[in-house]
Amino acid sequence: MRTAPPAAMRPSRKPLRSASHNASTKTAPRAHPHPGGLLGIEPLSLQEIMEILRQAARMQQSRPQQLLKDKRIALLFYEPSTRTRVSFEFAAKAMGAATTLVSAAASSIEKGESLIDTGYTLTALGADAIVMRHPSSGAPHLLARHVPIPVINAGDGMHEHPSQALLDAFTILQHKKKLDGLRIAMVGDIFHSRVVRSDVHLLTKAGAEVVLCGPQELVPELATSLAASVSITRELKHALEGADVIIALRIQKERLAGLQISLDEYIERYQIRPERLAWAKKGALLMHPGPIIRGLELTADVADAQQSVILDQVHNGVLVRMAILARALGAAKIAR
Amino acid sequence: MIRRDSTGENASSLLIRGGHVIDPASDLDDLVDVLLREGKVAAINPDRKLQQSAVESFDARGLIVAPGFIDLHVHLRQPGQDYKETIATGSAAAAAGGFASICAMPNTIPVNDSPEITNWMQEPARGALVNVFPVAAATVESQGERLTNYAALRQAGAVAVTDDGRPVLADNIMEMALREARRVEFPVIQHAEDTRLTAGGTMNAGVVAFRLGLRGMSNRAEWSIVERDIELARQTDGHVHVAHLSTAEAMDAVRRGKRQGIHVTCEVTPHHFTLIDENVGDYDARYKMNPPLRSRADRDALIPGLRDGLIDAIATDHAPHATHEKEVEFERAAFGIIGLETALALAVSQLYVPGHVSLKRIVELLSTNPARILGFRDRGTLEPGAHADVTIFDPRRRWTFEAAHSRSKSRNTPFGGWKLTGRIVATIVGGKIVYQAES
Repeated sequence: MRTAPPAAMRPSRKPLRSASHNASTKTAPRAHPHPGGLLGIEPLSLQEIMEILRQAARMQQSRPQQLLKDKRIALLFYEPSTRTRVSFEFAAKAMGAATTLVSAAASSIEKGESLIDTGYTLTALGADAIVMRHPSSGAPHLLARHVPIPVINAGDGMHEHPSQALLDAFTILQHKKKLDGLRIAMVGDIFHSRVVRSDVHLLTKAGAEVVLCGPQELVPELATSLAASVSITRELKHALEGADVIIALRIQKERLAGLQISLDEYIERYQIRPERLAWAKKGALLMHPGPIIRGLELTADVADAQQSVILDQVHNGVLVRMAILARALGAAKIAR
Repeated sequence: MIRRDSTGENASSLLIRGGHVIDPASDLDDLVDVLLREGKVAAINPDRKLQQSAVESFDARGLIVAPGFIDLHVHLRQPGQDYKETIATGSAAAAAGGFASICAMPNTIPVNDSPEITNWMQEPARGALVNVFPVAAATVESQGERLTNYAALRQAGAVAVTDDGRPVLADNIMEMALREARRVEFPVIQHAEDTRLTAGGTMNAGVVAFRLGLRGMSNRAEWSIVERDIELARQTDGHVHVAHLSTAEAMDAVRRGKRQGIHVTCEVTPHHFTLIDENVGDYDARYKMNPPLRSRADRDALIPGLRDGLIDAIATDHAPHATHEKEVEFERAAFGIIGLETALALAVSQLYVPGHVSLKRIVELLSTNPARILGFRDRGTLEPGAHADVTIFDPRRRWTFEAAHSRSKSRNTPFGGWKLTGRIVATIVGGKIVYQAES
């Protein structure tokens, strides 16, 4: 006699929505995004931000706890990544979770499967959370409206990279005790940078002032509208003078070429060199989200300088991502 | 509401009684009856004998009776994209929206750049419920390089030319288009967008786009083309009609052009006088269209233009898309929303109720002026002899628009669930009631 298949194999009550169903009776996504998700810094309160950072500090102090034992975390990466992906992977595994990487090239995404269908599929496969990096701004927001599990934004187009901003803040706080009142200079391609947007939201919420620096084409005046206490200067000296923190951003040669900005001129005006680093406050931190291109946005000796905390950032990334994942799956409270 | 004769069919004469008739074209704004017979307006305020000759009557007490609305800008998606709309379903949505006539845009598959396709679209087999007037492509395949044959297209029933979806970008091509169009008394309807400036853009350029990390489409991309077109219209004595105008600067250019006696007209969509770029919110592609929703300042600037006659018409730019084309990453989502069934309600709710424009002005925007722009003498008016195209609506009726009840094949609208004021009660085309609201 045939027994019923195990519950896990029975079709779920809610059918997967077909992508070709064009006469849907609903015009808009129904669900609210799972509250454990992290789509950006902008919607977070300072309190929520500080709670994540406190959690990351606890991760640093204690031995890794199996907070996410038996949890499955899908890493959905539509863009290549080493740093962020490995960071999330190590973070998840340190807490006992299983991870799997779905990269666009090696999956049915190549066959044209939609983002929403990919999300439904991963959910049906048993993912408890999805960490996603995508070239389109707002992709995680779309996914979060359709899947019942937390969606964590590992970088969406030019929009946000919340875990990067959180690890940047964590790193600064290791050296500077507080963010309030700091002067932070960000140099480079502001316009295209999701790291900048997330950093600006976080740092200004915490009371820091941010100075953006670069040529008109990469640092439009519009950037000051991101938040209060954001200013722009075209002169590197003005940006670095009195800065407590300098965040150098990657510059893409192809982008400069496309905007018809001379590479040599850019390097001459905006490259961070030791003698220019000296304009900043004593003990100013030199940061970079990576990957760095020695000889372009910064010189090798700046990257390796005493003031450079670039590798601390990378190290802290794992702790911060552990906190983010614990928060997503409700395990944060258990860690207290 | 309607007394039918014993055959159960709509008879060939209809008396609309007790309604408040607003017909700006014949300077009528009064409580009068309207007699329709054999597809034409037979009489206004007919005497008793004529009244009794009517086989049916329609009780229009408490309602506005206007010349049938005309939508200058509708995408019906046939030929080639039946899955999201057909001439039949689009015209059914039009009827429900009070539109007795609609202009069908040519960005179909294939593009309507020929008399053959223009004819095909008008065949009875298409099942149109309302009058469908094709607007043919201004250039071959709307590639912007060679003009189509305007005389042949007019012969086939086209009422204007456009490359809508795209601009006619090259100065010399646009100039030739205006000259040739003038010969056959066509307006050239221009989708004013300098596509060299908007590459990769998916929403209004500005503070919101920057914050969302989306490339923007600037106001300049619209007004620079509008200014150029107005200058060309001056040189050629042609008629340029600005489609879906959305910026204050373009509106100012139109004002200057009209003052100089240049033949320029323009239309604004209900979504552009209702919504703003901030409504995109968390990347909601129901708010993605081209031209994009603009800043609050631009939206607000359109209101006086709608009030004082600078803006000639309201046109919906009804653009159906399937769910799988909208519910994707914002950058990849198709541009456009449906709009036939919410146009009147948005005009009443956003313009009339707050006291910005009169009902007479609304009728001008939806009927009188569209007819004038297209050169129709016997539509957009209820004077005796005109086509019996009538729109009857209740400017006070409150209702909630449910996207699921739309007669369109598509559901891409941000107005689902909106509580609106102003409802179509009946739409009459050629004397036949093609839509009637359930009471």
